[in-house]
Amino acid sequence: MPLNNTIGFFRILLTLVLAMCLRIAPLSGDLALLSPDWVLLVLIYWALYLPERVGIVHAWIFGLLTDVLLGRMLGQYALAYSLIIYICLKFHKRLRAFPMLQQGLFIFFCLLLSQLLLFFIKNLQHPAQLQASFWLPVFTGTLSWPFVYGVLSFVSLFRRIK
Amino acid sequence: MLVAVVASIALLVTEHQNSQLGSVRTALSILVDPLKYLVSLPTSVLEQLSDSVMTYQALKTENDRLREEQLVHQTRMLKFAALEKENIRLRALLENSFKLGEQVLVAELLSVNMVPYEHIVVVNKGTRFGVHPQQPVLDANGVVGQVFRALPFTSEIMLITDPNHAIPVQVNRNGLLTIAVGSGQLNRLILPFLPSNADIRPGDLLITSGLGGTFPQGYPVAVVDEFTAQPNKAFATITATPKASLDRNRELMIVWSKSVPVPLIVKPENEEGTTDAVK
Repeated sequence: MPLNNTIGFFRILLTLVLAMCLRIAPLSGDLALLSPDWVLLVLIYWALYLPERVGIVHAWIFGLLTDVLLGRMLGQYALAYSLIIYICLKFHKRLRAFPMLQQGLFIFFCLLLSQLLLFFIKNLQHPAQLQASFWLPVFTGTLSWPFVYGVLSFVSLFRRIK
Repeated sequence: MLVAVVASIALLVTEHQNSQLGSVRTALSILVDPLKYLVSLPTSVLEQLSDSVMTYQALKTENDRLREEQLVHQTRMLKFAALEKENIRLRALLENSFKLGEQVLVAELLSVNMVPYEHIVVVNKGTRFGVHPQQPVLDANGVVGQVFRALPFTSEIMLITDPNHAIPVQVNRNGLLTIAVGSGQLNRLILPFLPSNADIRPGDLLITSGLGGTFPQGYPVAVVDEFTAQPNKAFATITATPKASLDRNRELMIVWSKSVPVPLIVKPENEEGTTDAVK
């Protein structure tokens, strides 16, 4: 059904745009250090549960938009997101069957990989000092995975996206 | 997959070598910038609401206070005009040149949160208003930073406290030149390049020295807090507090200082004209 398809597409787009808004939401002081990578979490969800709708190209485009949004070097989020979505697509059947805890572990490693890549690129650009709190978003991201999962599965069940 | 990776690496490399990708970024930013406005909407709406529900009494007090301030400033400006003319005359005697006054544009801060560890803020004026990179940005109290990247609808401003930012300054008391480097904390600058016997004291005002060409000369930057001479090291540890309230104010001024320096070896017959131009 083409109409249903477009509605589904717009719903995915909307969740991603909301994730981008959350990404730049103003938080005071130390809270800003905790803010997880919402865009990546949402992308991972859609890649796991609707792999036929969200592919590497989408991940790459949204990575590029995130680069522009955050004023980073063009391409670094695009690289990280497309790599991680590739992994997710590769293992999506197995991952869907995993219980929450194991899924959480997988998400943790995804976020860690993305953060590592970002740090690596930043370091190539100019040698950067690594603060311990640089890794905090990885933990908060893992902890907020159940929340993302809950909200997005509600969104996708609300009117079946196929 | 491979295509995506290669494309992103190609983007990274091109941007690293030379920033020819400004147009790509500009095009994409038109898609993304509305989000920044959307995110900062609640804050600005709240602010407007709180403005509109102020009591009459509060408005009256504020109005009185502002009028008083205005009077004080105007009186000071009277004196300032006279001093400026005198300064120009003296400089003319020294056969020196005098910079023209700057033009400013008021920009409002968008309350979005870019990246931690970097002190970059977003304002609502961009290249459509003629903003360009490396323009100095001020507030009512002092230097705030410089325009880091100008996009069509917004621009990113790097604060002077960013760890990657350095600003050439001079001690107002004795003209000692140095460089103030950002510390990564919003209320602190570091002066790492002064020897232990430098003539600098807590409470000294640091102003921009105008060297480097980015910042116009003579704007207040910071006040020295602490001076610790370390006998076993070549350089003293000096910290300073920025004059501008970096974490509080919402209105910033973007300055155009690219005006051509005018040689002011004035001849008596056209002195009138030149002083008018300086005004």
